[in-house]
Amino acid sequence: MDEILEILEKDGRASVEDIAKMTRKKPLDVKKAIKKFEKEGAILKYKAVINKDLIKESESEVRALIEVNIVPQKDLGFEKIAERIYSFPEVTSCYLISGTYDLLVVVEGKNLHTVSNFVAEKLSCLENVRGTATHFLLKKYKEDGVILKQKPQNQRIAISY
Amino acid sequence: MKISKIVEKMQPSGIRAFFDLVLGMKEVISLGVGEPDFVTPWQIREAGIYSLEQGFTSYTSNKGLYKLRLGISRFLKNKYSLDYCPDEEILITVGVSEGLDLILRSIVNPGDKILVPQPSYVSYGPVTELAGGTPVYIDTSKDGFKITPKLLEKHIDKKTKGIILNYPTNPSGVSYRRKELQEINKVLLKHKILCISDEVYGDLTYDFEHIAFPTLPKAKNNTVYFNGFSKSYAMTGWRVGFACGPQEIIAAMTKIHQYTIMCVPITSQMAAAEALVSGRKSVEQMKREYNRRRELMVTELNSLGLKCSRPQGAFYVFPCIKSTGLSSLDFSRKLLEEEKVAVVPGTAFGLCAEGYIRISYASSMDNLKEALLRIKRFLERRK
Repeated sequence: MDEILEILEKDGRASVEDIAKMTRKKPLDVKKAIKKFEKEGAILKYKAVINKDLIKESESEVRALIEVNIVPQKDLGFEKIAERIYSFPEVTSCYLISGTYDLLVVVEGKNLHTVSNFVAEKLSCLENVRGTATHFLLKKYKEDGVILKQKPQNQRIAISY
Repeated sequence: MKISKIVEKMQPSGIRAFFDLVLGMKEVISLGVGEPDFVTPWQIREAGIYSLEQGFTSYTSNKGLYKLRLGISRFLKNKYSLDYCPDEEILITVGVSEGLDLILRSIVNPGDKILVPQPSYVSYGPVTELAGGTPVYIDTSKDGFKITPKLLEKHIDKKTKGIILNYPTNPSGVSYRRKELQEINKVLLKHKILCISDEVYGDLTYDFEHIAFPTLPKAKNNTVYFNGFSKSYAMTGWRVGFACGPQEIIAAMTKIHQYTIMCVPITSQMAAAEALVSGRKSVEQMKREYNRRRELMVTELNSLGLKCSRPQGAFYVFPCIKSTGLSSLDFSRKLLEEEKVAVVPGTAFGLCAEGYIRISYASSMDNLKEALLRIKRFLERRK
């Protein structure tokens, strides 16, 4: 992967100047490269990774992983039906999967009720959906490479040869 | 009880007091550390834990676990096309530190001289003295902190038995290209001087391929090669290193090792064996990260007016602080007291490094940036 992308993937807030220093490039060149990545869609957006468990005031959210069996359509395969599903705002992720079912859909809602409503009223009744199995998520340990539990780091001694 | 003359004579490090000052202070940003800031990669830690669960709690062969020696032999073959026989030519030691002690005790007779280019890691001189030898320090400060054939010739005499070479070098970060090493090798061969090559930072070479000393023409029989897991795999606390060399030298070292150490802890050896199998990717990742920090530090320090060349390896920059008019120790002490940033005075690594400080970039990017701001403030007050 391009070094600029590697740096930004770790720290989306890394400044153009710092990236330039880290990679021995001119700031202008880094800026151009980032613009190009953004334009091509290699960089889609910048966001913070938030540990929602620690935000007390936020209303609790529930998340469910839903296995969806679908009947592929002639000429279109899974694409069209997948699009119909992932376009719902409740769907946060959607993957085509090999194995016993076809789509893995991640759904987020305010509570159990909203999620089950979504499954019952929107998802299951789609024409090409043959069946669903909903798994509610109980606890998040690690997400997108980030471990959510902050562990105290072993302290190195502050000075050594 | 009277302490032995040889130990009595050993100079306690002149900057011990400074170290104590650092250790006694809270909330210091430390750029003074000689070890990676990464934790040992999980798959390696897991292998150590698993070995305990499986009940591997015994001694191992004095030379070290065969599977680890075999792994090292294969690693050296792959990386450097070096052939070391796991049975006779490789010894697992408690870090490179133990290995250096062993080699010096194995070859030094009273009065023998060992060349130590300085600035250098702190143990080389004292360990030579403990073995009954005389360290001959070579000031490399006028040659960009590199040892040259000319400097070598100037310090060699009939009593010279070996040289402790360390590259990439702690503290300066300098390393050598093949051609430079070849010239050094020629001088060593001519005078029959053993090369004790501490290449523990070899994996952290940024601008060119690291050249292992024994790969040079005719060098293998005249070299003992040292490497370890501490720096490459962020395994300092596990204490695993290894020595590779001619059979008779390794046998001599093993003799001492078996009476003094017996063997390296089995848990550490198991973890190290795993490091060779699955840790190479982590090494590359860490190296890339270090490289970015290196570039940032070199650019920023130079723009602050602390002149430093681009170090080619390890995780240190070695800027010159003469422009401030302060001594290394004063600079370090004042920086610590005023801005709570810890660095190591160059003089810790030899008096010839007066006017320099060692900054370790084995620290997170955020820490480095904050430290740079503080150094900037510190320097501005002195204008």
